[in-house]
Amino acid sequence: METLVACLSGFLVATSIWLMLSGNLMRFLFGLLLLSNGVNLAILAAGRLTPGAPPLLGVKGELPADTMANALPQALLLTAIVIGFGLFAFALALTIQAYRTFGHLEVDRMRIAEPAEERE
Amino acid sequence: MSWVLALPIMIPFVTAVLAFLLRRSRMGDLASVGGSAASLVVAVVLIAEVLDQGVIAGQIGGWQAPFGITLVADHLSAAMVLITAIIGLSVAVWSLAEIGPTSARFGYHALFQSLLGGVTGAFLTGDLFNLYVWFEVLLISSFGLLVIGGRKYAIDGAVKYVTLNLIATVLFLAGAGLLYGATGTLNMADLRGAVAASPDQGLMTLIAMMLMVAFGMKAAVFPLFFWLPASYHTPHYAVSAVFAGLLTKVGVYALLRVFTLIFVGDVGYTHEILLWVSLLTMLTGVLGAAAQSDFRKILSFHIISQIGYMVLGLALMTPLAVMGAVFYLLHHIIVKTNLFLIAGVSQRLTGSSDLYAIGGLYRTAPLLAALFIIPAFSLAGFPPLSGFWAKFVIVRASLDLGEWLVAGVALLVGLLTIFSMTKIWAEAFWKAHPEGRQPALADLPRSARWQMMVPIIALAVMTVVIGAFPSAFLEFATKGAEQLLDPAAYVAAVLGEARR
Repeated sequence: METLVACLSGFLVATSIWLMLSGNLMRFLFGLLLLSNGVNLAILAAGRLTPGAPPLLGVKGELPADTMANALPQALLLTAIVIGFGLFAFALALTIQAYRTFGHLEVDRMRIAEPAEERE
Repeated sequence: MSWVLALPIMIPFVTAVLAFLLRRSRMGDLASVGGSAASLVVAVVLIAEVLDQGVIAGQIGGWQAPFGITLVADHLSAAMVLITAIIGLSVAVWSLAEIGPTSARFGYHALFQSLLGGVTGAFLTGDLFNLYVWFEVLLISSFGLLVIGGRKYAIDGAVKYVTLNLIATVLFLAGAGLLYGATGTLNMADLRGAVAASPDQGLMTLIAMMLMVAFGMKAAVFPLFFWLPASYHTPHYAVSAVFAGLLTKVGVYALLRVFTLIFVGDVGYTHEILLWVSLLTMLTGVLGAAAQSDFRKILSFHIISQIGYMVLGLALMTPLAVMGAVFYLLHHIIVKTNLFLIAGVSQRLTGSSDLYAIGGLYRTAPLLAALFIIPAFSLAGFPPLSGFWAKFVIVRASLDLGEWLVAGVALLVGLLTIFSMTKIWAEAFWKAHPEGRQPALADLPRSARWQMMVPIIALAVMTVVIGAFPSAFLEFATKGAEQLLDPAAYVAAVLGEARR
């Protein structure tokens, strides 16, 4: 199970790097989304996977009999997902604004704030 | 739960809410200034408390460490909180003259205060994941501040700033998550013991490197600094001043904290990398500055080269060197913010920040010229200003270790800094304005003149005072460095005496 999740996480990160290197801002954003999901998966797996085991209390409010799921990584994940969502929403809005401003999303051509190549 | 630890974080957020609710009226601006003044008072109380009692720690909600979230203040943290409050108040006052009703309506003051809250939180937290959360708080506020003018080039700068910083935070998150998986704790004091006791030291070094890259990107070290000169010259001047003063320093602070408290298992490896990184940071930064012709771009590249000195202090890892890094950090924030504020006044007077299109400030605004000299020479390390002592300690520490190359580079970079400062001086101040304008401070409206000049004068006076009476500040930095290098007091304050 851990191996599977680790491979999946690695796959997500690899895909995200490919997307982020493409030079298009929209693809970069998708890459970023995949990257944060890959990392979230890694955190979940790092906190040990205990399929089926309840965290803290069971369904009827009893203490779990033998194994207890670690609730902390899930709490961390929840925080990370919420924060990631907010940042992604901002980045998306910025991308839309950038498209309106420049008329394209090619990062290599976004040089308005840079000095001109040659000064005469 | 000690209120003196929680209030520095709470006041900016309460102020942010107030400023947001009052954003349509002039009261919002005043709320921001009032809140910053209150933060300054609390920060002074905090530092007095720390000087009196040593390291103080508080557990949020009464959950004992390492299970709950801890707030800790040692000498370094308390000093950083104080300096954040000083910068916050100065820039809040200065903003009154620059930030118009439009930006205020979009929530400039609220974002500004939540940025300060995030920075303060990052300085006071004793928990690695909590540090990540504070990073995100200050990051999202900085995103908002960066684009708030909505101008074309601000969007361009923001794209680069946002994308690269997001990657850094994801890396930080990954590092923190893996560290938790490997050690089972996120409390920084507890991590010290847990990391040292870990059977898999290779994995610890790997995680250390992940965090080094993440914090290094925040601190803008070589080769991760590219977002900084691409964005810092684009927003409002008040925004770039507070960014220049505080944001990269949060990264440096995180490096200082993590690589003295937690990852000291393989110093030969990690700190050797930091050493080379710091040298290259100093050199590339200052060479970049020499090639620029925009007031703020030159200053932005200077931030990078100065970050190199601070990281160098950490990399050398002797008491003297770390003391130099702490002193450098404190002196640099004041100087750098002041230079950006002066750049803002110069832009206001001359109409541009392009050095080839402006001039004449020395003749017509001599006060501004004199005030520029103080932080500019301090940055380059001229005696008797504060930067001289900072550089002196770092160079002395590297000579003590017999690192001639390091000392040579540090001195050379100081010389090159003066070279690019001379460029600003010659173009903006000395030569006549190319269009024959006579820029003078009297051109500013009376209120704007006060709001802009009082913070600049106050910060310049601080620079002079630190330079003229360095012994008290050096002594303070020495104490801070001792606490960093021997964190027994820190660990004991967080975990209680028993688990020392």
